[in-house]
Amino acid sequence: MTVSDWRPLADLSALTARAELLDRTRNFFAARDVIEVQTPLLAEASVTDPDVEGIPVPDYGYLQTSPEYFMKRLLAAGVPSCYQLASAFRHDERGSRHNPEFTMLEWYRVGFDDAALRDEVAALCDALLGPADCRTLTYADLVGDVERPREALDLAFAEACENLGAGRYFIVDYPAEQAALARLRPDNPAVAARFELVVDGVEVANGYWELTDADEHRRRFAADLARREARGLPARQVDEQFLAAVAEGLPDCAGVAMGFDRLVMLAIGARSLDEVLTFR
Amino acid sequence: MATYSTNEFKAGLKVLLEGDPCSILENEFVKPGKGQAFNRVKFRNLKSGRVWERTFKSGESIEGADVMDLDMEYLYTDGEFWHFMRTDGSFEQVAAGEAAVGDAHQWLKEQDVCQVTLWNDDPIAVSPPNFVELEVTETDPGLKGDTASGGTKPATLSTGATIKGVPLFVNIGDVLKIDTRTGEYVSRVR
Repeated sequence: MTVSDWRPLADLSALTARAELLDRTRNFFAARDVIEVQTPLLAEASVTDPDVEGIPVPDYGYLQTSPEYFMKRLLAAGVPSCYQLASAFRHDERGSRHNPEFTMLEWYRVGFDDAALRDEVAALCDALLGPADCRTLTYADLVGDVERPREALDLAFAEACENLGAGRYFIVDYPAEQAALARLRPDNPAVAARFELVVDGVEVANGYWELTDADEHRRRFAADLARREARGLPARQVDEQFLAAVAEGLPDCAGVAMGFDRLVMLAIGARSLDEVLTFR
Repeated sequence: MATYSTNEFKAGLKVLLEGDPCSILENEFVKPGKGQAFNRVKFRNLKSGRVWERTFKSGESIEGADVMDLDMEYLYTDGEFWHFMRTDGSFEQVAAGEAAVGDAHQWLKEQDVCQVTLWNDDPIAVSPPNFVELEVTETDPGLKGDTASGGTKPATLSTGATIKGVPLFVNIGDVLKIDTRTGEYVSRVR
């Protein structure tokens, strides 16, 4: 990086496309009575997930890795279905499809389960990228043998997503160990009510029929911290305000996060975030 | 030698992979949203010229390689080694064997400046200049004045290189400009 590299990366047509997509996104949610909210980017606590590193801000806490906990606190306080378009931050993630700062579209639907939310994700994709069918694959369909160490599965998953090629695919039925904050499927607790959306080989969304049990949250956070320790990663304080909100009562809901910069990329047929980010 | 972590990988970085010096060509960060991060890296093996692809867990480190590309003047060959001299005024010389010189030998002309890749001070690769001017030592007799018919013929040059596609007007003793990257005739110099 030199001083002469001051010019923006994205050209005017990419900026115009982003503005248009933001407009359509807001119209999509307005028509469905989902309200737009804004929560802090700077938070006292970060997440325990060993594969997501928050960026620490000395004396303040962390830049948020997603607005999930704040938004769930809103829901627990009685705020209805809501969405947010905001920057999210992740340490050390940089590549053609990653940047330490990126734009996330996250929304929660009170009363929805994961299947209902998938329908809405598909409808939003139709609105932003043009209409197309979404096919559904299970995690096992995608990666083959699931009885492998987590590391091997993660690599197999990433490569299998890329190899899906053109088209929209929902990946469903994640192994219970990869439930994150999704509830386990009531009829089959071996798999989680979690899904991802892959468009043209790019992972663009991750959604859950949300876990609402506070004790199970605490157990999963403890398991995360054990994995952090095993990998020599820094420990994290559990977000007690979030857990208190869940204990108070997170309504039955489903939520999803979409990488908005990647959606812009897909909408204009770009190969890299370099073509859609102003600066990086 | 320093070690480099995956987040320092970038095109052009010289590293040791399975004991061989390599140059990084591409480094792609791969990570599922809720999974571990990897770096899928393409390397050029500087000894064999082959391209290798390897996947690392993000955060892994590999050893750097002491590799330098130096401009050096080609002096002569003794049949076994090709001798080059530094152009920095030190007159320091290195002798490159057949494995390092490879196909470049057919373009080496005394006093031309080549790029010599040194690994731990030993030459492992030689790149000739992109264009060289070499004298024709053998070719069918030239057709005087035929600069327009478009026909071509092969010619042998002073270094022993044979090139196809030389215009019919070229004679023995002419000096030709050759593109060493394609091995093709560019023009007649004199």
